[in-house]
Formats: sequence, C-alpha cells, structure tokens
Amino acid sequence: MSPATLEQLVEAVRAHPRVLAVGAGTKPRPAAAGDGVTPLSLRALRGIVEYEPDEFTFTARAGTPVAELAQVLGERGQYLPFDPPLAAAGATLGGTVAAGLSGPGRWRFGGVRDFILGARLVDGEGRVLRVGGKVVKNAAGFDLPKFLVGSVGRFGILAELTFKVFPRPAARRTLRLEAPDAAAQVRVLQACAGGRWELEALEASVDDPAVFVRIGAGEASLGPLVADLLARVPGRELPAAEAEAVWAGVAGFTWAHAGGALAKVVLTSGQLPAFVAWVRAQEGARAWVGAGGNVGYVSLPAGAILAFSPWPGMLLRGRGPLWLGPRHPAAVMTAVKRALDPSGRFPGLDD
Amino acid sequence: MSLPPDPSRIRAALAALVAPEAILAEGAALAAYESDALTAFAAQPAAVVAPRTADEVIAVVRWCHREGVPFVARGSGTSLSGGSLPVAGGVVITLNRLNRILRLDPAERIAVVEPGVVNLAVTQAAQPYGLHYAPDPSSQSVCTIGGNVAFNAGGAHCLKYGMTSNHVLGLKAVLATGEVVEFGGASREQVGPDWTGLFVGNEGLFGIALEVTLQLLPRAECFHTVLAGYATLEQAGDAVAAVVASGLLPGAIEIMEKLALEAATAAVHAEYPPGCEAVLIVELEGPREAVAADRRRLDEILAASRPVEVRPARDAAERLAIWKGRKSAFSAVGRLSPDFIVQDGVVPRRRLGEALRRINAWSRETGVRCANVFHAGDGNLHPLILYDGREPDGLRRAEELAGRILRMCVEMGGSITGEHGVGVEKRDYLPVMFAPEEIHLLQRVRAAFDPAGIANPGKMFPAGGAPALVHPGLHPLERAGVISRS
Ligand SMILES: Cc1cc2nc3c(=O)[nH]c(=O)nc-3n(C[C@H](O)[C@H](O)[C@H](O)COP(=O)(O)OP(=O)(O)OC[C@H]3O[C@@H](n4cnc5c(N)ncnc54)[C@H](O)[C@@H]3O)c2cc1C
Repeated sequence: MSPATLEQLVEAVRAHPRVLAVGAGTKPRPAAAGDGVTPLSLRALRGIVEYEPDEFTFTARAGTPVAELAQVLGERGQYLPFDPPLAAAGATLGGTVAAGLSGPGRWRFGGVRDFILGARLVDGEGRVLRVGGKVVKNAAGFDLPKFLVGSVGRFGILAELTFKVFPRPAARRTLRLEAPDAAAQVRVLQACAGGRWELEALEASVDDPAVFVRIGAGEASLGPLVADLLARVPGRELPAAEAEAVWAGVAGFTWAHAGGALAKVVLTSGQLPAFVAWVRAQEGARAWVGAGGNVGYVSLPAGAILAFSPWPGMLLRGRGPLWLGPRHPAAVMTAVKRALDPSGRFPGLDD
Repeated sequence: MSLPPDPSRIRAALAALVAPEAILAEGAALAAYESDALTAFAAQPAAVVAPRTADEVIAVVRWCHREGVPFVARGSGTSLSGGSLPVAGGVVITLNRLNRILRLDPAERIAVVEPGVVNLAVTQAAQPYGLHYAPDPSSQSVCTIGGNVAFNAGGAHCLKYGMTSNHVLGLKAVLATGEVVEFGGASREQVGPDWTGLFVGNEGLFGIALEVTLQLLPRAECFHTVLAGYATLEQAGDAVAAVVASGLLPGAIEIMEKLALEAATAAVHAEYPPGCEAVLIVELEGPREAVAADRRRLDEILAASRPVEVRPARDAAERLAIWKGRKSAFSAVGRLSPDFIVQDGVVPRRRLGEALRRINAWSRETGVRCANVFHAGDGNLHPLILYDGREPDGLRRAEELAGRILRMCVEMGGSITGEHGVGVEKRDYLPVMFAPEEIHLLQRVRAAFDPAGIANPGKMFPAGGAPALVHPGLHPLERAGVISRS
C-alpha cells in the first residue's frame, strides 16, 4: 500500500486497524511492523509543497528523499545543516524525523529537532492535524513537532514537514587530527568543542582512532582557520576526494557490517573510553563516534544480536530490541500515546 | 473540578508540608503575586508557597492533585502574556528559592540548574570557562530558567542558535499528577520521542520543572555590531529581508522604532542618528576571520538599503552601549505610558516591511500609540501598544489593535506568539491559528499530563471549552469573576 496523496493516506489509515508508516527502509528496525500490523509505505507521498528561498524555510511531503531536498536547496546555496544521514541510500524526510537521526553537521547548529518547525500529521483516528507552524519562530501551542522527532511512527503518521534551513558555507575543509587512543580522543574532542573555530562536524573513528573535523566558512577565512587549528592540534588536512569519502562513509554508515546490527547510543564525550572498551569487548564489533562525542554508533556482524547497551540506545537495523540501555518510563508516556492514538492503531513504543 | 477549599484550610494544609517560612504571609506580601508583567490582569491566590527544596515542591503539587486545588508555578513573574497570573483561590508555587546551579561541567559544556536560577546567572557562572548560555531574553537579569523553559523564551541572539528549547538537553519535573519524570539527559543526542522538547514551552500546563540541563556554548571570539538608521520603518524592514536573503547568518538582527529610540535615549542616554524613524542593529559573531569576511558583505548590503547613517561599533564599549539601549528600550517605552500591552506575533521575514507599514497605518487611524522594538531577523514583532487604563475604552482600543495585528500575522502565514507564549492574553486567538480539531489535540496532550486541569488552568486555551474568538469589552475571565483589573 502506497498512498500518493493526503486523502489516500487518510483512507489507508482508516482502512486498517493496525498500521505503521515506513519510508525507504534505510532504518529497518524501527520500521519493522510486527505481527498483524500493515506497513504503509510513504514513498509515493513525496515532493516539495512550498519552498521560499528568501525565507529559508520549506515544506515537503514526508516521503520526499532527503537527497532530492539537498539538491533543490543546494541550487539556492542552502542546506539542512544537520546532514540527514543515509541520503544516498534513499532516506526520506519523514523517516529521518521519525527515527530522530542527524548526521555529522548536527554539531554546529543542532540536530533534526532544532530545525523542524511544523508538521501535518495523521493521528490514530485518521484526522489530519497541523502542529507547529511555518515560520522560524513560533511558541503557540505545545511543541509537538519536536516531540515527533524520534517518535518512530508510534504516535501518528507524518504527512508533511516544515523545516528551516541555513545558508550553506561557501567552502569546506576536512582535517584528520591525531588521537591515537580513546583518552586522547576525549582531549582532542573537548579542545575542539571549546575552541573558537565554530566547527561544522566533530567526529571520532574507533577502529583506527583519530578525530575528524570539518570546517565550513567563506573561502578566504578557511585557510587561516585550518592553519590555526593544526597549530594547536597535530594532524593534517585531507585532500578533497579523501574528505568526501570520510563524510560519505559517516553519512551512509558504509563502515558498518553489511547485513549486521547497527545501533545508535547516546553518550557524553567523557564516556568515549568506556564506549570504546565496550565495543572492543564484543566479537567483531565496529563503531563510530559523532557529534563531538555525544553519539556512538556500533555495528555487529551479520547474525549477531545486539541486546544490551550500557547507555540509552536504539537499534536501527538487525535483530534485537528496538530500545537499548537504561530508560525512564513514566505513566505520562502511555497517556500521551492514548491522546494521539486512542485506539492503538499504531504500534506502541515497545512493540 | 469542584470548588477549591477555602484559603485558610489550604494554608493550614500546606503548612504541614513545607517549612513554616515557605508559606508567605497574607496581606501586602501577597499583593506582589497577583499579577505578572501583563498588569492589566490580577487575581488573588489563596496561598503563595516558596519551597526551598524540590521535595517540598513535589509535596505541594501532590497535595494540590489530591485535593483538586489549582496551582500556578511562578519564577520572577516577568511573563508578558499573563502566564504566571494566579488562579483565584488557588496556590502559587514560587520557585525563586530553588536557585542553585547544581553542576557546571566545562568539559562537557553543560549546566544543571534548579528552576529558580536567573537566566543571566548561568552565563555569569559559565564565563570563567569562556562559555555562555545562549538564549538572552531582554529580561535576562531577572527572569528564571524555569520561566524560560515554560515559555521557550527567546532573545536577541536566537537567530543563529535558537530558543530555549534548542539549549535544554534534559529535565526533571513533577507533573500535575504528582508523577516525577526525567526526560533527556546530559547528551546533545537522544533516542525515542523528544519528551524534553515537548515539555519546553508547555506554559506551566504540564507541571513544574525541578532541574534543567542546559547546553553551554563557547563565547564567540569576535563580534561586529552595526547600527543603521532609516528614514522609514519599512526601509528598515526591507533591509532585514535583504540581510536574511543574502545568506549571511548574523547572531542578531533587531529593529527599534522612533518611539523606542526616544525612550531609550531618555532612559539610558543612548544615542541614535538624528532624523530616523527606525534603527536596525545587526551583529555578526564568530571566528575573527569569518566575521571580517562577512563584514564586507554586510557593509555592501546595508549601503544598498538607503540608510540615513550607518554606525559600526568601534570597540566593546560601543557594542555594549548599542545593546544597553536595545535591552532597556522595552521597559523604557513602558514608562512613556501608564499602561501597555506587548504583542509578540511573527510574520514571514520577507514580509516584514509590509507588516510594519500596516501596523503603523492602523495605529495612526485609531490614534492608539504603538512602538515596535523587536527581533526582526526572526520576523518576531513586538509592538508595544500604549494605553491609559483610566480611560473608559483605553484597554479595549488597545486590545482591538493587538487583535488586528495578530490576525494579520496569521494571515501572512505567521504565528500569534514567537516567544512570550499564549498565556491568558492571547488564548482567544489560538483558534485563529489552529482548527478546532487541532486545539482538541493540544487539549488531549494537556490532559495526558494534567487530567484534572489543575496546572495553570485558564491559560493557552480559549475560554469555556469550545474555541471562541475574542470579543471586545470585559475579558471573559473578568466576566467570570476570576480576575480583575488592578
Ligand atoms: C522587560 C521585559 C523584557 C522581556 N524580554 C523578553 C525577551 O526578549 N524574550 C522572551 O522570550 N521573553 C521576554 N520577556 C518575557 C519574560 O521575561 C519571559 O517569558 C520569561 O521566560 C519569564 O520568566 P519568569 O521567571 O519571570 O517566569 P514567570 O513570569 O514567573 O512565569 C512564566 C510562566 O512559566 C511558568 N513557570 C515558571 N517557573 C516554572 C517551572 N519551574 N516549571 C514550570 N513552569 C514554570 C509559569 O507558570 C508561567 O506560565 C520579557 C519580559 C519583560 C518584563
């Protein structure tokens, strides 16, 4: 089932007692519907509804591939600064919001939650409801658009999304900074995070330990910024092709096992050594650290089950529970679920 | 909800839950809590409690829940929308005594604070580490983080790094049901629905924030602040649109209109180019190399916008003077008139010039004075509508103009509030922006957090169940005898 209009979407929702929206399937674990739940593909509900370049905002249907958006925004020198991941694999805007995933660029100005302005959603009763607004600043009503980030389709189906965008830096440089072990990585990450350079991305590799930074600015200011940073932290600037490969690998999780389990876990930079030790303790595991040490991604070989994490986490693909690690369940969470989906048409957070 | 118990019984019951000095005395001491910064409305609470610990707050909220007694959380009472207006006969829980910074971690760049910590105190504590807390409402020297969280407060420097919600990583709160919850945490990333994001901006309708984890940012290395004067307000508005469209990303873009310039001149001896109807303030911030490059582009854009005069700040003192004038303008304008209301509508930025022209025309046409001092870069208008409450129809005429402005904002595709919240003041305009079904959704979410409707009732949602449009004359709460004009 693949509705191409809002009306068809509403019809499809009303026609099935149990449904779950799915996008391009780039994050299969949260999209795994479970028994008796009809998957509802949103890939045909696509296209940009409104784009006002001078306003730096756009509204697009949930099934729009983020790669298409990047293309259209790029023509006007604009971008979604949080670098929606898995663009090359076909990730949709709705899936990115529902999974709550941001890429390396989230370091500078914030993640998907910081750029979403509004949404049109279909609730569990098949009602089409607008939440949030279409202007860059809006405090009317509760901030449901933010709430829906990471809500994995359990509270409603995202049909249309409004985002703010930013001017894209005229040029970029990528540096590989020396940080031979986890302790050194923490030092480098924190030094970079507290510095004056306003880095666009700040990431750390685990298998071959190093820190990767991306700086975006006008061409003229980049040279001195790069030189200054390298004077403080040893490392080297990567040639364009190599840099591109690094970021494509991060955004596409190409470093992860094909067909294996992949999970996101929530960290703080000081926890990086513990994270690395945990990863190393697992047979064949690979990992990557993003957002200045605030997020870790761990991948296990095909067949392995990821069932536990010391930190709050979410399984993106592979076998295992959707949620990993410590959680703070509360009665209000069930109550909010009932408010948006009284008849339980969408799976619960724990289904 | 049944009628609240009588005030003396409420005070006696609370006295058993908190230290004796936490219950504020009756009489004059309570008068300060009858209104917030929207002084047109006042109501008498049965009791004002000033807990010193989170446990006391929890005990009071649980008691209110058990007894069905409405409560209103209060920070410094600077809300401009009646958000912290008490419920008559209910309890005010004032959080100013919960004012400890529990943790400041310069390496992770976070601060964990109690709700009564004053906004500016966070930046002051972070300063020795070269860090700051970004959201900077003009009221930052008095307003609290709890109030900022409830209203998703903004400020002059929200253009680049966002509002309060973009800087709150996690929080602990006691909900109106008495349940204590923990949302988010110390990380900038999270998994699962963004409960923290939902809590921020709840206008006190979900419960009370007890602990808030804030992200701190490195202080920008370099600033370049320019003040440009314009012969017309519309030109200043068009200049904003030009700066925004240019692809520059300034830290702040603000406009002050003539009346505000005069007021700031009188209040803090600010100096502005003569013969200007409006002044634009643009501030670039970032690494010195980037600011130097952006500065040249900004100069070109401003030169093309037909200013009367452009005055770049030549040093830190001049920059501070520009901001002092801007941040004091608000209260300075307030002093020009016995009463005023501040509007907070948002329009798409490309339509700023047009919006300002219309507001000016309406102001002239109705004879209601109006001064704009606002966050132009976000399209967030702050017309201060001046009136005299002693004139029989003073407030009504002011509210009528305010209503026209809000409707215009929605018609242009904007919002009725950018950062001050709906509160009491704009609750009858929520239906201008949202359809009945959408308001019912918001009400269902509210009921999930507060099924009994005891947390700050009477705010955000239109009076009397069914969404209704505003009617001139007595405020619905006044007619119901819940509030009165002070
Ligand atoms: C001169 C002046 C300038 C201003 N400038 C700005 C500006 O630039 N930007 C801006 O956004 N606002 C501005 N404001 C408005 C106001 O300062 C903000 O809304 C501020 O966030 C209110 O903080 P407060 O501590 O005074 O809260 P209060 O007014 O006491 O309360 C505000 C709301 O928060 C709730 N609340 C308070 N504490 C808690 C808590 N711990 N948990 C849950 N709910 C709570 C209250 O119930 C109420 O609904 C200005 C106000 C004035 C008077």
